[in-house]
Amino acid sequence: MGDMNFSLTTFNKSGKLLQIEYALNRVQQGKMALGIKARNGVVIASDKKVNSVLVDLDDYQKIQNITPSTGFVYAGMGPDFRVQVRNARKEAQKYYLTYREVQPVSQIVKESALLMQEYTQSGGVRAFGVSLLVAGYDDDGPQLYQVDPSGAAFGWKATAIGKNYVNAKNFLERRYSDDVELDDAVHIALLTLRESYEGEMNEHNIEVGIVGEDRIFRVLTPAEVKDYLEEAN
Amino acid sequence: MSILQYNGGAVIAMKGLNCVGICSDLRLGLQQQTVAMNFKKVFQITDKLYVGLTGLATDVLSLEHLLNFRCKLYKLKENREISPKAFGAMLSSLLYEKRFGPWFSEPVVCGLDANNNAFLSGMDLIGAPVFSDDFTVAGTCTQNLHGMCEALYRPNMDPEELFEVLSQCLLSAVDRDALSGWGAVVHIITPEGTITRTLKCRQD
Repeated sequence: MGDMNFSLTTFNKSGKLLQIEYALNRVQQGKMALGIKARNGVVIASDKKVNSVLVDLDDYQKIQNITPSTGFVYAGMGPDFRVQVRNARKEAQKYYLTYREVQPVSQIVKESALLMQEYTQSGGVRAFGVSLLVAGYDDDGPQLYQVDPSGAAFGWKATAIGKNYVNAKNFLERRYSDDVELDDAVHIALLTLRESYEGEMNEHNIEVGIVGEDRIFRVLTPAEVKDYLEEAN
Repeated sequence: MSILQYNGGAVIAMKGLNCVGICSDLRLGLQQQTVAMNFKKVFQITDKLYVGLTGLATDVLSLEHLLNFRCKLYKLKENREISPKAFGAMLSSLLYEKRFGPWFSEPVVCGLDANNNAFLSGMDLIGAPVFSDDFTVAGTCTQNLHGMCEALYRPNMDPEELFEVLSQCLLSAVDRDALSGWGAVVHIITPEGTITRTLKCRQD
């Protein structure tokens, strides 16, 4: 009896995997995250509002590095995001151990998508309650991807996930152009974030990560975010 | 007799100006008895990447199959050919995986990367790599090979000169080794393509 292990994600009559739909619902309830691919880099940003002044913000970081050149952000459940990040980092190190090269962005995405899919078919587990936005720069240039709880992965020029993502994507559609520079993309990202932001948006309750032609992905300091915000005013 | 000398064999890889060359002998023996004179030890991985494998013949073949398998999978996953540097790292990793029951083969990696820069690397049977600017040798007569290369090598040779020097180094070295020889194959890899020539030599 101890080795009974069947999948909890099963098809209904109309061919849907409801567990994945429900996971996507959970993602849509999560705080917004968005990303924009520029000509010379990628920016990702996220709403980092906390519900009490007592929360120690120093400790709390939503945007995470996977390799020196690639970063993740999410919409949905933080704890599930941590599992994804851990797995992606380990896979990237395994890649480096074998090939002595930084894992390309598209390969990182494939591994993450694989993990998401496994959890929709393996026994005894539930789907991840996060969608990921992956931003990176490699030999194929700047790239932005989304990975869903189903395991589907898409490349984007610009996108948003989480609460109010439809309005945000419409906003991005109007403002995006293929040759936008990274600085301008950060600008647009902040404007988009502000559109759906409840209350006052400042450098402490959002998070921004960028990667440029230097191929170094990093999270901007609050001071840097503040400068961009001031320009946006 | 050491297991790495059971079948015999020799490989050299050498760098030239915008080109690299790699060559091997063709002998396959069972200790002193020669069994084949057409046993190639240099294999093509991509257009501009070749690997030479010396040592126990069964492991030479197994490794060749394994490496082709890994590189084909790499190409399907990553949608690009593997670079010589990454290939060398992968081979090193493969060999070290068998640290306590190793592949009895000492490889030589030779190729041009995407920018047509030369890459040369040699490894011991458990994957310790050495990266060279001039030449790399492996096999049952490495002392002879080293001596010949040291004497005849000069930097920035063009493909024709590289062919001559590579051939002379290998031929003279294996002529003084009972376990290597019986013919040779030389590949000269340039950005435009690879030229392969088979050499006849002392058949003893």
